[in-house]
Amino acid sequence: MTSKHSYVGGNHPRPDAFDKVTGEAVYVPDMGLPGMLHARMRISPHAAARILRVDTERARALPGVRVVLTGDALDHQLGLYMADKRILARGVVRYQGEPVVAVAAETEAIAAEACDLVEVEYEPLPAVLDPEAALLEGAPLVHPDLHTYSHMKGVFFPVPHSNIAHHQKIRKGDVERGFAASARVFEESFQNPPVQHVPMETHAVIARALTRGRMDVITSAQSPFTVRNILAHTFKVPHNNVRVRIPTVGGGFGGKAGIHLEPLAYVLSREAGGRPVKLVATREEEFNTLPSRQGLRTRIKTGVTAEGKLVAIRVQYLWDAGAHADYGVNIGRAAATAGAGPYSVPNCHVDSLVVYTNKVFGTAFRGFGHLEVMWGVERNMDIIAHALGISPFALRHQNFLRPGDTTITGEVFTEGHGRPDLCLQQVAEAVGYDRHSREHTPPARVPSGRVRGRGIAALHKAPAMPVFTACSCIIKFNEDASVNVLISGTDYGQGTYTALAGVAAQELSIPVEKVLVTFDQDTATQPYDWQTVASRFSFMGGNAVIAAARDCLDQMRQTAAAVLHAPPDDLVFEDEAIHVRQNPHQRLDYREVVMGYTFANGNSIGGPVNGRGRYIAQGLTHLDPATGQGKAAINWTYGAHAVEIEVDTETGDVDVLNIASSFDAGRVLHEGMCRTQVEGGVLQGIGSSLIEAFKFDERGRLLNSSFVDYKIPTALDMPRRMSQHFVETPQLDGPHGARGIGEHPMISVPSAIGNALYDALGIQLHELPLTPERVYLAIKRARAREGSGAAAEPPKEA
Amino acid sequence: MREKELPIKLVVNGVPWEGTAPAEMTLLRLLRERIALTGTKEGCGIGECGACTVIVDGRPVPSCLMLAVEADGCQVRTVEGEVRDGELSPLQQAFVEHHAVQCGYCTPGMLMSAQALLERNPHPSDEEILEAIAGNLCRCTGYAAIVAAIRACADGAPPPTGAQRPETNGEEVSRD
Repeated sequence: MTSKHSYVGGNHPRPDAFDKVTGEAVYVPDMGLPGMLHARMRISPHAAARILRVDTERARALPGVRVVLTGDALDHQLGLYMADKRILARGVVRYQGEPVVAVAAETEAIAAEACDLVEVEYEPLPAVLDPEAALLEGAPLVHPDLHTYSHMKGVFFPVPHSNIAHHQKIRKGDVERGFAASARVFEESFQNPPVQHVPMETHAVIARALTRGRMDVITSAQSPFTVRNILAHTFKVPHNNVRVRIPTVGGGFGGKAGIHLEPLAYVLSREAGGRPVKLVATREEEFNTLPSRQGLRTRIKTGVTAEGKLVAIRVQYLWDAGAHADYGVNIGRAAATAGAGPYSVPNCHVDSLVVYTNKVFGTAFRGFGHLEVMWGVERNMDIIAHALGISPFALRHQNFLRPGDTTITGEVFTEGHGRPDLCLQQVAEAVGYDRHSREHTPPARVPSGRVRGRGIAALHKAPAMPVFTACSCIIKFNEDASVNVLISGTDYGQGTYTALAGVAAQELSIPVEKVLVTFDQDTATQPYDWQTVASRFSFMGGNAVIAAARDCLDQMRQTAAAVLHAPPDDLVFEDEAIHVRQNPHQRLDYREVVMGYTFANGNSIGGPVNGRGRYIAQGLTHLDPATGQGKAAINWTYGAHAVEIEVDTETGDVDVLNIASSFDAGRVLHEGMCRTQVEGGVLQGIGSSLIEAFKFDERGRLLNSSFVDYKIPTALDMPRRMSQHFVETPQLDGPHGARGIGEHPMISVPSAIGNALYDALGIQLHELPLTPERVYLAIKRARAREGSGAAAEPPKEA
Repeated sequence: MREKELPIKLVVNGVPWEGTAPAEMTLLRLLRERIALTGTKEGCGIGECGACTVIVDGRPVPSCLMLAVEADGCQVRTVEGEVRDGELSPLQQAFVEHHAVQCGYCTPGMLMSAQALLERNPHPSDEEILEAIAGNLCRCTGYAAIVAAIRACADGAPPPTGAQRPETNGEEVSRD
């Protein structure tokens, strides 16, 4: 390949940006179809209740109303991994916010009015709102029929007649012997709340039921083929009866990874005689009805040598799944495989329990459980370091996985895995974190005023996916030797298409401006991809693009060899032309070949060039159900953050002054896309650290389901200084050595900030988010404990 | 059932528009549903996210909080009007060059807030930039690239010509 068309690692513009700055980009809420109806939902006000009566008569009588639908009319039960969800609640409601009735009407206002006119009578039932309480004997069962639900067998292990949707076990070595042999044993617990994704575009869908069991669904989703697959299974129709189209999507972060409002819009259209139905979630429904990140409780027991070498870790992860398993069961599985951090741990015992509660359900959220797990793991490492009098940097450094070590699932760590140690070193240097001394010894007494502290945290994550996960790509040449790349991962903002355009252009040796990665997804025309999740699209999609480009070149080689009377192996593809290696003047422009070549006498050979590429996950194995041992990951991305914070001891307000982030990306495919993914992920991580959490009342009702009460970071919350660093240890089977980094920027941001707070205050915080209230009260409690010492600075009463 | 329609005359992106709207219709819905300008987005409908920001008589306004009838007689600018003679505005160009766009859903509102700032204050400080866009939520970018793009225009410097953006890695955002 020539340097003239070298784009990998470069910084070409992202093509979709042009459409997005002009308003030309079209999102589902912008779209309409002739005869389209508008739908609204009536949601449950109770966390758990029996539906005694639904009276839809007045709603049906409202002029302009076409369909009023209740769960009684719908037999279907569906789910990604566990079929535990109704399209509309039937018999009972399982969370406040669950859709109970849906209306399709001529206008959205009429649909909303009709929803208000529906009378629903409930008998409240005891709700289980806490995952610990949900495990107790005699706890109300969120799904009494769990034992009858169909689910992905051999991968997920629901416990019949309980609230446990999945129990993931990891067993390595002998933890009890490990603890016995340890010089020190620590026991800690940590907590994470449910948090919302908050895509700026809420979930939106337009569905049209067609005759002969066909359907056309236009949706703001991440994974067109998953939506198609579940629709086909749910409604028992052939896959090619279902057309799923995805235009530009206004953010996903995992919240649009699965299937959500699509089945409801479809059944409404079916009941409306095939008129298209548009359903756009309100912002309140986005919080209340659509899924969030799961909550997590962590109990971790750690045995170490006197020098700080990890000997044994026993950990229980208790996931607050909410009312449906959705991606939650797979999060419980995936995060468990990463559940001891990027460290060598000879003895490890993980129980990861995904527990149903009567709350809005959890799903994938950027990081897929790893932000939550690493909050505990990386706070725990600092707590141990300080107790042993070892610098947190040195403690991590001596425990990092190194070539020849085995992970807790039995995978052998190789040189190609990456360098967590280098990532940590880079970020520590960037914020002036002293790596060697014990400078980061916290103050003996809680200080006063605006106090600074520094903290570090490491991270790792691998894509969580089925063993057969695959991706495919078609590259179509056009008459002018430009190309359209068809690939079915969705770019809902990550910039993957921009990176893949560079990969295709470089492979084909054409200008990147001549590559169009087709933005709109369409299962009727685009080749298969599994899902756009897990930071696996650049890796798998990149490999598929390279394969498709090489297939194009092979087709062009065959034609050119005949035309140029040269052996195929002697042909060189360079700068949109093919020449004979030893005679560069003997050449053909691509455009002479890509639609077929015509000789002087009119004879023609070849034909349109359409390259085909595919990639399937290599080497994954099923995990042993009893021990979790096996190959769970195609690759691991390692990273670290370091922060400097300032905390105001009089208000509890935490200000992130500086944050440095580093990831072993294998190879940076596109400098700007990688950097901006990190910038965005880091601020999202700061949101999870300092601001964001669902609040429920004692009856399980969500209290902060709007932007008035649920805040996300604004421009004013941006750290004054942010830096992004990349280590490039090639992933041997990755495209140009690359591995994914999309989710990783969020992970361990809370841990680094929590560690910095300890550095500043000498106070250990165990629960997120680190709101001013929580920090202030912790300071107040610490001062009270200091007793007479507190007299110098009497704590203010709140 | 049909609401009473009130007459409205306004100028949108320099083009006069005359028609009617129900009394309770917002400017946002008028733009999207009756004038067919869907570049302006709805993010929350309660004036908290800034996605629907348009410029009304020179001021940035959340169009979900303004009634269509209130815009009667006003000059309204939306993202669609920022392209002149087929060319991106300097601010749009800077957004592209700095990768200040990810999912793009907040972008139209963000651009209009920033454009209104630059028109009333051609050389804003970083602090003024942050204040001006503090009401525009973006969940993707972390704002860093957006601030860099606005700053590039705020300096009065011509936008960079190539794809390379100035290195912002580790760049200090001044708050003072």
